[in-house]
Amino acid sequence: MLSKKQAQVFFLGGTAVTFLIFIMLTVYSLGKAQDQGNHENLTAEAIRGKEIWEKNNCMGCHTIMGEGAYYAPELTNVLERRGEAYVKAVLMFKDPWQPQGRKMVAYGMTDAEASDVVAFFAWITEIDLNGFEKVNRTISPLAEDKMID
Amino acid sequence: MKYKSQKVAYWFFALSMLLLVLQLTYGFIMGFARLGYDGLHEWIPFSTAHTVHLNLLVVWLLSGFMGAAYYIIPEESETELWSVKLAYLQLITLAVVGVAAVVGFHFNYWEGRKFLEIPRILDWPVALNVILFLVILLMTMVKGKKTSTTSLVLYGGLVAAALLYLPGMITFDSQVLDSFFRWWVVHLWVEGVWELIMGGIMAFLLIKLTGVDREVIEKWLYVVVGLTFLSGILGTGHHYYYIGVNNIWLIVGGIFSALEPLAFLAMALWAINMYRKGEKKHPNKTAILWTLGAAIVSFLGAGVLGLAHTLPQTNIYTHGTLVTAMHGHLAFWGAYAMIVLAMITYVLPNVTGRKLYDTSRSRSAFWLANIGMFTMVSGFAAAGITQVYLERKLGIDFMEVQNEIKVHFWILITGATILSTGITLYIIDFLKYGQPNDEALEIQE
Repeated sequence: MLSKKQAQVFFLGGTAVTFLIFIMLTVYSLGKAQDQGNHENLTAEAIRGKEIWEKNNCMGCHTIMGEGAYYAPELTNVLERRGEAYVKAVLMFKDPWQPQGRKMVAYGMTDAEASDVVAFFAWITEIDLNGFEKVNRTISPLAEDKMID
Repeated sequence: MKYKSQKVAYWFFALSMLLLVLQLTYGFIMGFARLGYDGLHEWIPFSTAHTVHLNLLVVWLLSGFMGAAYYIIPEESETELWSVKLAYLQLITLAVVGVAAVVGFHFNYWEGRKFLEIPRILDWPVALNVILFLVILLMTMVKGKKTSTTSLVLYGGLVAAALLYLPGMITFDSQVLDSFFRWWVVHLWVEGVWELIMGGIMAFLLIKLTGVDREVIEKWLYVVVGLTFLSGILGTGHHYYYIGVNNIWLIVGGIFSALEPLAFLAMALWAINMYRKGEKKHPNKTAILWTLGAAIVSFLGAGVLGLAHTLPQTNIYTHGTLVTAMHGHLAFWGAYAMIVLAMITYVLPNVTGRKLYDTSRSRSAFWLANIGMFTMVSGFAAAGITQVYLERKLGIDFMEVQNEIKVHFWILITGATILSTGITLYIIDFLKYGQPNDEALEIQE
């Protein structure tokens, strides 16, 4: 029968080993050779766009790369779906944007601010999301071959 | 109650109750907004309500954990708290920082990062507050006569939770890295070190409520938290499937997340077996109900519903949909809300000296709250699964789908109303107990 000491060793040993593997995998997956986060194309505009994204808590309604609040559309591929002009118009609109009745906060951004947010979205679009970017476009890549044209 | 200083716990629990009521209120604002009733949009838009709802959850649970620790550590260490005055100072500063953060959210003072919205300027007072809390507990344990496994696991969980707050304070230009390290905080809290805290509280409650030998309970505590870390640390990978990092996480995250329910199953079996082995003589049956309930519902919410969408092949469809909200609600409720409510139910008679337990009101509070939460989760499940099918399989536009699934939010509101009724009864009980007093020292628990 398992003793308390053995149980303690199981806890401490298991934790130490898995934590070590976790750190090693982190280092490996964030290494330059494995980088698929489009970091080489991260521009000053995109970084400013991210700051505007956070300052306005856009994640409080929208999702990006699948993360957020599920109240407003996923924006990973928004430029592909709507185009730059539409996105900028929404961001610069002075009254709450109300697609099908659901209100968005009226941000009334300047042209420069809206352009920065668009640059952020454009940078996001180029990230390799292991297939998720295709799911959100129209249909899951796992089911693409089953589609009838 | 064995030590006068354990009364401090009561005030942390009172703060928890207040914040819980506010959390529910903001939940209703969000639920009605989803139905189109967003009259408060100008003052409290959805993004504000969402941020307040999430952060109040974190703060009321932390306040509950702190109250639990202030009750458990002196009793396990067989000594008074090192400094009651500093403990009250810590409570007041926690409340002030919490209120400042919530008020600030209404004026756009936030980080805009889910779960970690507290602005950086308030991160430092939070850190100082937590350091003070940990020092008070450490000094209590040092001056105490005993150091039990239960208090070590509980304290270890609290220290690790504090340390894991740090990666969330780093600024990244890249959304990928931002997201990657945000999960170091959020995932390693809720599917890691918070389970250590939960395990410590659960062990204490099982020791007190079942009468089973401490050595047996603490041995299995090690096994449960061992399984938690064995699966949960590498299980972080399930957040890395589709955020722009290497696909090695699809394999690692998939395998280890699939093992995560085992830790919760072990927790549930542990609690049920200890109860069955026990003498069943403790009169506070409602505390037993909440304790066993926490063990079982956490398995269903965190374990089973987590498994339902954790494999990469499933998650590619469900990632970023209401399926996540379904899992999140029952997981937080079962694992953390219920264990805090169990602890409060156990502590209240002991610190006030009033044996008001095991009444029809206290039992109704338990059942209504749980029925309400399960109803809410059913609403989220129906909405989430339909959303996945319409949006991800058929490619229908987001807002068109949202209108199609609106009906399920009536179920959500109905469930939330039942849950709130249960919580109201719970709080009536809380108030009926009155304030803690020293006469409770003479009363047998």
